Amino acid sequence: MAKITVAVDGTTYQDEVEPRMLLVQYLREKVGKTGTLIGCDTSNCGACTVLLDGASVKSCSVLAVQADGHEVTTIEGLAGINGELHPVQQAFHDKHALQCGYCTPGMIMRSVCLLNENPHPTEAEIREGLNGNLCRCTGYQNIVAAVQQAADALATAGGAR
Amino acid sequence: MTTTEAPPAEIGRARTRKEDQHLITGHSTFTDSIVLPGMVHLAMVRSPLAHATITSIDTTAARKAPGVVGVWTGRDFPEQGGLACAWPITPDMKSPVHLPVPTDTVNHVGEIVAVIAARTKAEAVDAVELVDVQYSELPVVTDLAAARDGSAPVIHGDLGTNVSATWVFDSGEAGTGGNASAAIEAARSDPDQIVVERTFRQQRLIPAYMEPRSTVCDPNGVGDQITIWSATQIPHILRTMLTLSQGIPEGKLRIIAPDVGGGFGGKLEVTPEEVATIMVARQLGKPAKYTETRSETMMAAHHGRDQIQHLTLSARKDGTITGFDVDLTANMGAYLALVGPGVPILGAFMYNAIYKIPAYRFSCTNVFTNEVMTDAYRGAGRPEATFAIERMMDELATELGMDPIEVRRRNWIRHEEFPFTTVAGLTYDSGNYEEATDKALWHFGYDDLRAEQQRRRESGDRIQLGIGTSTFTEMCGLAPSRVLGSLSYGAGGWEAASIRMLPTGVVEVVTGISPHGQGHVTGFSQIVADRLGVPFENVKILHGDTNISAKGLDTYGSRSLAVGGIAVVKAADKVIAKAKTIAAHLLEASEDDIDFAHGTFTVRGTESSVTIGDIALATFTGHNLPDGVESSLDSEAVFDPENFSFPHGTHLCAAEVDTETGKVTIRKYVAVDDVGVVINPLLVDGQVHGGLAQGIAQALYEEAQYSVDGQLTSGTFVDYLVPSAVDLPDYITDKTITPSTSNPLGVKGVGEAGTIASTPAVVNAVLDAVRQFGVADIPMPMTPARVWQAIQDGSTTAGSNSSSMGGAA
Repeated sequence: MAKITVAVDGTTYQDEVEPRMLLVQYLREKVGKTGTLIGCDTSNCGACTVLLDGASVKSCSVLAVQADGHEVTTIEGLAGINGELHPVQQAFHDKHALQCGYCTPGMIMRSVCLLNENPHPTEAEIREGLNGNLCRCTGYQNIVAAVQQAADALATAGGAR
Repeated sequence: MTTTEAPPAEIGRARTRKEDQHLITGHSTFTDSIVLPGMVHLAMVRSPLAHATITSIDTTAARKAPGVVGVWTGRDFPEQGGLACAWPITPDMKSPVHLPVPTDTVNHVGEIVAVIAARTKAEAVDAVELVDVQYSELPVVTDLAAARDGSAPVIHGDLGTNVSATWVFDSGEAGTGGNASAAIEAARSDPDQIVVERTFRQQRLIPAYMEPRSTVCDPNGVGDQITIWSATQIPHILRTMLTLSQGIPEGKLRIIAPDVGGGFGGKLEVTPEEVATIMVARQLGKPAKYTETRSETMMAAHHGRDQIQHLTLSARKDGTITGFDVDLTANMGAYLALVGPGVPILGAFMYNAIYKIPAYRFSCTNVFTNEVMTDAYRGAGRPEATFAIERMMDELATELGMDPIEVRRRNWIRHEEFPFTTVAGLTYDSGNYEEATDKALWHFGYDDLRAEQQRRRESGDRIQLGIGTSTFTEMCGLAPSRVLGSLSYGAGGWEAASIRMLPTGVVEVVTGISPHGQGHVTGFSQIVADRLGVPFENVKILHGDTNISAKGLDTYGSRSLAVGGIAVVKAADKVIAKAKTIAAHLLEASEDDIDFAHGTFTVRGTESSVTIGDIALATFTGHNLPDGVESSLDSEAVFDPENFSFPHGTHLCAAEVDTETGKVTIRKYVAVDDVGVVINPLLVDGQVHGGLAQGIAQALYEEAQYSVDGQLTSGTFVDYLVPSAVDLPDYITDKTITPSTSNPLGVKGVGEAGTIASTPAVVNAVLDAVRQFGVADIPMPMTPARVWQAIQDGSTTAGSNSSSMGGAA
């Protein structure tokens, strides 16, 4: 067992974990962050995407011990303290960019990172940027539109949060 | 009280979804997130072989592993019953026993041979490695044709054959048309007719919902019930079938479908994993959870499609069809799934599509192979039918040198001819194929694209352009119970709803459908808001728990709105009727003089009025009601449709083919769909988009592949190409609105339309681009390798193919 200290959505946790435990298992099973979901076992689908020190990672491809000393943001930590939705969350709702909602946490976290890296993406850049996240319901058109709306909202607000 | 201005109608409004808030903030309730005190976690030992006798299972080491609380083989579940098939398509249909955990023989890779329960999932998975199973291999069958013609070894010895059943429809015998065999024979010797004969392969697909299946069973549920949470589309059917197949009294079972992460037909099943989880939980007396990995989903959950289609179409040289014969071989897999045998039969009524075909014959032979069973996948039988006829229309156009749109025009039912009884015996209530096609052509810029296509051909451009058409219809709103009865289906097709008028102004609507992404909560709220004249926000839709929604037949077959939504309307109308009696009493008027509009009962010709909310409160207090009137407005209704509804549309695809790499890029895709009255355009567009993605994926990307020894070689998302955002185009969608005349809302269905229409549009487009090289067909999915190879092969044999139009470019 390894002792790790990880900040998740603003709270610091100290835990003993098996060295083989994946970050996504740690988040779901130890920290109770069940908003982060598992969709595959080959790192293809991106449902488990979270931010690790601000950059998107597939949390099934990171060991919990690798997060030792780092900050993790999950879908549950994205909205403001008073429940105010992040512009990407708001845009997913406004543009009907989710149906079953299973890919949504990962899709939103990846979109947040995408817009941090490239605040004014073209449609092609959005599609390329979401290439690692699969959605079976929407056909992606409304997801692309949501990221475009969020980009505009973030630009109006004076840059990415 | 004065009558206020009418609020804007909710029906037709692009309401954003009530469902979204918890899903975008991570407060979802998917089954795998459920944790109960004392819960054990399960892992499955699965067969690595496609066909084998189990000679021994040694579980000693696994039982001693840390955290393991139990290991079960099939023999340790004496209580297990065979999983039932609910659709015996013929009286003599052959159906093997399908035990959830087989005791003697495995018939496909991934069958469960032992179940492990442990304190943690990791401990359970570790112990899987410690179970020693010895097998004696048996011959493996994966070839459909060999399974059908008897040349393959028999898989289920007791059945004596690999053919499960053959189902036939003949319009001559049914009295709905002529004799197709005779019509085609006559055409063969008629110089004014041609006969087009083709064989297409509907490849095997994997539903690939994003949420892997998961089941939690608490054997000590509240009220002496066994509470089961499952990632299912069919909580009600699951309950009934668990009783019928496992002998658990129905009243003892409470099934909850919490948030369910997509289904597409793939969660329309009663699964071995569900039964195994329940059996372990009951034996231990502790809650148990099983969540599969994606690899297990791919390997062991049911697949879709997988047919060989042999098609013969006769037509006069002006393009008028004279006969159509369909002969299918459908792969059931190793067992018969819940509705698996009936899936290809659902297509039987759709091969004639929107066309006036005078003589039609359909025959389907269902066969067993050593592959995982097939069952519903988005469209279920109807995409296969639409693909077949829409490909044949393009083949006919090619053979005759006609424009593919023109061939369709010459055969389709004209809008003034509805209602129209087809050669398959269905009566299409409404439609306007001309309008949808004209609109699609306008969006598409058909003539300009044809001109560009010609320029590219003439210049020998590396990128060749093709145009594909699909003018489709489908039958949805499954289903009139009498029709299902005539097809020997094991249940009806009605749907139930109830409405509870709460004293605080909230309207609780309980529906028997079971949403898993469609947006029914929002759409049904709009319907009820309009019908009862209450605020959209005040409507609360409840579903997916058999203790709350006691009666229902769940969600599949584009039935939720066209059947379930109508049940809600019927229940609302009963609420209004009850309220009207009380309104008359409160307003001291005759019931005959009371009008109801926008939530308010008014005495005609006066300003005297009372709202439906006031009446709900009056029934709560019960202080002042007419004599003999029950103190409740609550109502329930069951709706059984008289007919299916028939959405239709015209889809046009422009595909670019890189002749040097074989890569296909969709340049433009136009979908004009007629789904009748639209409750919420946002939801309709979403359904169309998602449907298109899955239909395009069948054309270009997806295929479940088995090796000859029955190993699934496309068993992960690495090998099975679910398209991502870069693989799909931006869609242009539009609508025509021809209300259905079969239900009071005029609605049709939309869940499957995009999938049904798009596959042939894309394939027709790709072939249109490369026929010039002598290419007659390319099997799906049309991967770059296959397209490139077809161009190479076609070019080297140019001129030898009767279907080609012109020589090599």
